[in-house]
Amino acid sequence: MKPALFDYVRADSLDEALDVLAAEQGDARVLAGGQSLLPMLSMRLARPRVVVDIGRIPGLDVIEAAKDVLVVPAGLRQATLLVHPGLERSHPLLAAALPWVGHAQTRARGTVCGSVAHADPSGELPLCLVALGGSVRLASKRGRRSVDAREFFTGLMSTDRREDEMIEALAFPGAKREAGYAFREFGRRHGDFAIVSVAAIVTAVAIEISVGGVNDVPARRVWPRLDGSALDDALNTLAWELDARDDIHADQRLRRDLVRSLGRSTIAEASRCLA
Amino acid sequence: MPRLRRDETTSVRFTLNGEAVSRRADPRMLLSDFLRHECGATGTHVGCEHGVCGACTIRIDGTMARACLTLAVQVEGAEIETVEGLAPEPGRLSVLQDAFRRHHALQCGFCTAGILMSLDTLFSDEPEADEVRIRDVLGGHLCRCTGYEPIVRAALDAVSRLRSGKTNV
Repeated sequence: MKPALFDYVRADSLDEALDVLAAEQGDARVLAGGQSLLPMLSMRLARPRVVVDIGRIPGLDVIEAAKDVLVVPAGLRQATLLVHPGLERSHPLLAAALPWVGHAQTRARGTVCGSVAHADPSGELPLCLVALGGSVRLASKRGRRSVDAREFFTGLMSTDRREDEMIEALAFPGAKREAGYAFREFGRRHGDFAIVSVAAIVTAVAIEISVGGVNDVPARRVWPRLDGSALDDALNTLAWELDARDDIHADQRLRRDLVRSLGRSTIAEASRCLA
Repeated sequence: MPRLRRDETTSVRFTLNGEAVSRRADPRMLLSDFLRHECGATGTHVGCEHGVCGACTIRIDGTMARACLTLAVQVEGAEIETVEGLAPEPGRLSVLQDAFRRHHALQCGFCTAGILMSLDTLFSDEPEADEVRIRDVLGGHLCRCTGYEPIVRAALDAVSRLRSGKTNV
């Protein structure tokens, strides 16, 4: 389990990193915290010609908060966001989900943008970004663009990012007044990959539910304020619609059960937060 | 923006348990291998090599980190601390290490170095850490001997001794 050979570039500025990405035509990978990339390199699921280290670029770890939108730059570590002052009030969903992202030891190094770039189907941060209707800010030598999170994730560990682009920042919209937020997850061990994770946002008129760990990309549904057996029916339909698969961690049936039960309890918790 | 070629080595300078060291590494060398093979610091163990087991946990610039999820070239200029740095001097154990011994918190000892580094960091960052926090941080480690309960007991004993001002034994 050692990475294959690669060249290493320590970028001093974002421009330098983008130069390498443009020159390598898709054969370069960006290294920030390394908590997703290093396992990919060691397992040789990724064999880039060049690794571009953005860890020393000044200013890439400064959070911007403008008009309730939290702008998380490429170098910001998950552990830093977790202790960001006021996060529980401004972004209660992120505050609830972040402790589930990896382990304390990986959150200390792993970045928020890196987790989104990696786009693991069980990732909590992609799920939150989709649930909140956030956006991904991409940069390349050709310019900058912003992609809606709900269009960014295109499949299993695939995204709309083009080969010469890197995620410069993520924009997480702040909590709406008159909405309740909740996050729940089931895994074999706290910090392991989610077997099923659920984010719920409940308002006076609607339930928004987003489910991770089941499909290749986070799945989102918006329902009216269903309750009782109508909510059970909706969750059951959702559980069957999501194309759950068997793997070594859980079979389809457990995943469907978890969508129903975690869905129910997460929606209930978000409703309590609203009340 | 120097580019280090795949077959070249470069000198990586950093401090290891307070001592300045410099060793050569090529781009793909993992920090876990660098510490063991180049620096001779074999206290850091290598288990899964993809960040799951926690055996290689060390401290980089004061925060806990997986050595196997870090490239050696990334730690240029960093302060690295490993299990070798925990004991105050040869023949003496830190409060945490002593608690591990008294509570039989290890059997084969393979996972121990990483767990000690995580708990030592937790107790220095959060002197009031309770059992919930201890179990949360232990969640990042696998131990196949103890069943974890003696580790939790040792950690609770150590943190209470540290709070009451006990120094290393």
